[in-house]
Amino acid sequence: MTPKDPGLKIDRRKFLAGAAVAGAATTVMPHAEAAPSQPAARPSALPPSARMVAAETGTPEMPKNKQGKPGSDFMVDVIKTLDIKYLPCNAASSFRALHESLIDYGGDKTPQFMTCLHEESAVGMAHGYFKASGKPLMTLVHGTVGLQHASMAIYNAWCDRVPVIVVGGNDLDAAYRPPGVPTFHSAQDINALVRDFTKWDDTPVSPQHFAQSFVRMYRTAMTPPYGPVMMSLDAGLQQEPVHEMGEKLYIPRYVPNSAPAGDMGAVKEAARMLANAERPVIVVDRAARTQKGVDLLVELAELLQAPVVDQQGRMNFPKTHYLNRPANVISTADVIIGMELSDFWGVVNGYVDNGDHGIGFNESKIKSGTKLISINSVELITKANYQDFQRFQVVDVSMPADAEATLPALIEALKVAIPNDRKAAIAKRGETIRKASAEGRDNVRKAAAIAWDASPISTARLTMEIFNAIKNEDWSLVASEGNVSNWPNRLWPMDKHYQWLGRSGGYGVGYGAPASVGAALANRDLGRFSVSIQSDGDLMYAPGVLWTAAKYKIPLLAVMHNNRGYHQEVMHIQRLANFRDRVVNKASDLSPIGTAIEGPDIEYHKLAESMGWWAKGPIKDPAQLGAAIKEAVAVVKSGQPALINVWTQPR
Amino acid sequence: MSSMRVYFSSAVVAASLIFGAGAAFAASAEKGKAAFVSNGCWQCHGFDGQGSAITSNGKVLAPDPMPYETFEAFVRGTNRAMPPYREAILSKVDLEDIYAYLQSIPAGKSFKDIPMLSQHE
Ligand code: HEC
Repeated sequence: MTPKDPGLKIDRRKFLAGAAVAGAATTVMPHAEAAPSQPAARPSALPPSARMVAAETGTPEMPKNKQGKPGSDFMVDVIKTLDIKYLPCNAASSFRALHESLIDYGGDKTPQFMTCLHEESAVGMAHGYFKASGKPLMTLVHGTVGLQHASMAIYNAWCDRVPVIVVGGNDLDAAYRPPGVPTFHSAQDINALVRDFTKWDDTPVSPQHFAQSFVRMYRTAMTPPYGPVMMSLDAGLQQEPVHEMGEKLYIPRYVPNSAPAGDMGAVKEAARMLANAERPVIVVDRAARTQKGVDLLVELAELLQAPVVDQQGRMNFPKTHYLNRPANVISTADVIIGMELSDFWGVVNGYVDNGDHGIGFNESKIKSGTKLISINSVELITKANYQDFQRFQVVDVSMPADAEATLPALIEALKVAIPNDRKAAIAKRGETIRKASAEGRDNVRKAAAIAWDASPISTARLTMEIFNAIKNEDWSLVASEGNVSNWPNRLWPMDKHYQWLGRSGGYGVGYGAPASVGAALANRDLGRFSVSIQSDGDLMYAPGVLWTAAKYKIPLLAVMHNNRGYHQEVMHIQRLANFRDRVVNKASDLSPIGTAIEGPDIEYHKLAESMGWWAKGPIKDPAQLGAAIKEAVAVVKSGQPALINVWTQPR
Repeated sequence: MSSMRVYFSSAVVAASLIFGAGAAFAASAEKGKAAFVSNGCWQCHGFDGQGSAITSNGKVLAPDPMPYETFEAFVRGTNRAMPPYREAILSKVDLEDIYAYLQSIPAGKSFKDIPMLSQHE
């Protein structure tokens, strides 16, 4: 990548560090290169010679044989201390030194390299992997273009509060990096591209700096609220030997940060309000980071006999529990506690899109005087540019703290705060909710039965045919993108944290396929059965991740919700046209121009098959679905991925 | 699908008496199915009017559609979660056909007769 000119006796790393030291043994490269040795005076600009261009597009030149342990070997030593199991990655020259070290020096273990065909797939895999396992993965991205490819997936991880360790190759030294392609792929402050949606970033200029920053970035990513982090890694730094500067290198020990818990004064105030409420409601989005969080929420809800509205950023609360209730229960609440809500405003307010985009109708969904309590760790990392913080909602008690870490104190405070003379009323409240819950469950099943035999297949039928085939497995629904009217969360008896992993976070479409593969990788190692409801639009952003799944024998049952369009957009265009009294369906397609994915119909089963999957489809007749899924389950249990292309109703 | 009569509002019934030709008002379920699709009703309500918790606020159009006048008033007048279909973009005849289509959709099985739902906790 970066042939150095021995004539200019300035150590590149020291130059980067801002200390351009001339001479001295540590900076001289005695194993001189073939390049002419001209001191100082050089033309200010060198046109790329044919030789230089060839160096980038043809066979790579032999790297100069320098003595000592390559910097990238030391980097592997550092990486290995953090027990990162896999490295999904799209290979590229700007990190070739580290890539080579990972294989030859690191033995392709912890992390194991996994070939991805797109950076978005690699980050998406890491995203899904973390949610299934609680462990972050690392990826390498190439210079400007690789990071650009990765950036939407990094944004999703940011919005979904998921740690991903992103290391990007970059060749900083404008004087010595090869001209042409590598220079197109270099940037002065490359991390700026994702700085607004990463928790921290750095550009180390020495091996020791790398060690500190890598451990720091890991710790930062893994401190709730979790989030992606970025390191730009200079190509020269990877390639050069570490001993040149006479450094005594060390690797900082990783000690995890504790999660930030709520201030005790605020916790007690919240407990007092909840204890004395007539109709308290608990609303949760990403409150449970682990199964422990789920258990704590059950304890809190039962203590209060309060309904829980799960917004499904994670599997926060068992769907089998009678206190699990639909969102409309908040309309009668007198106290609402929201935990790790991505949009508190949207919980207590309705927005009706009347086509006048951005204006619409805003209306309160709660009684006036309802008290609001918020525990939200994202308050601690709010940035300015991207608007993932949503509309501003005034609350009565606000704890910028991690919900799961705060729950034990809140539960204890509640036990103290609940007056004895309220206990009977609280128990009675629970009984009323229990009845409503049983009725609600029947209503959901009634609704699911409508259009049961329809073709295209109803989303309720799709959902239940899948469940019927996997119910005896230790299943994990790794992704459900494209919207099947929430049937899995309404019908499947989810009670374990890994049974539902939430959604993309930033609603950047294309998350479902890679996140499913990443989560299925984690589940494979944990002995769980992975299933995804895979939508058509989502799959086509970067379908190459199917190949990665087959390549590494990642068992995953992907059942498609193929509604043959970008359905959200279908409805948006229709909505706009109606408000303007105009007719929008002008093409032969079912949907407005620009929104349909049909004619030709994509044969997703063939696409998957071509990348090494077992696949079947298109299935349009509901009577044939059960048998096909059953067959696919057997394939998945044998250790392979399987896909079924199902033509479905729109939602 | 067979053509069938729609439940008409009193004004419509009066009109049919004036013109003396009930057949002129015999809405077609078959045409209605096509109109249900071409006018985009399927997008939020599903091809069978089954609806969705997400896109129709759980409202179900069929089986057993609401009385025609309520139906018409809603489709024309809504400007909220459902975008309105005024006569400029959806003719009265098409709307009547759509209603006929919804009426023609048979009630399916009860969830109690679907083991996947009834035996499911
Ligand atoms: C962009 C989405 C969308 C489209 C397209 C749409 N609807 Fe609706 N419709 C809705 C929503 C949402 C509701 C529920 C409104 C509410 O409850 O506030 C609804 C409700 C209705 C209702 C009232 C049902 C009830 O039980 O209260 C009728 C009738 C109806 N739609 C008919 C139609 C017809 C006929 C068409 C096509 C000509 C159509 N809709 C197209 C979204 C849509």
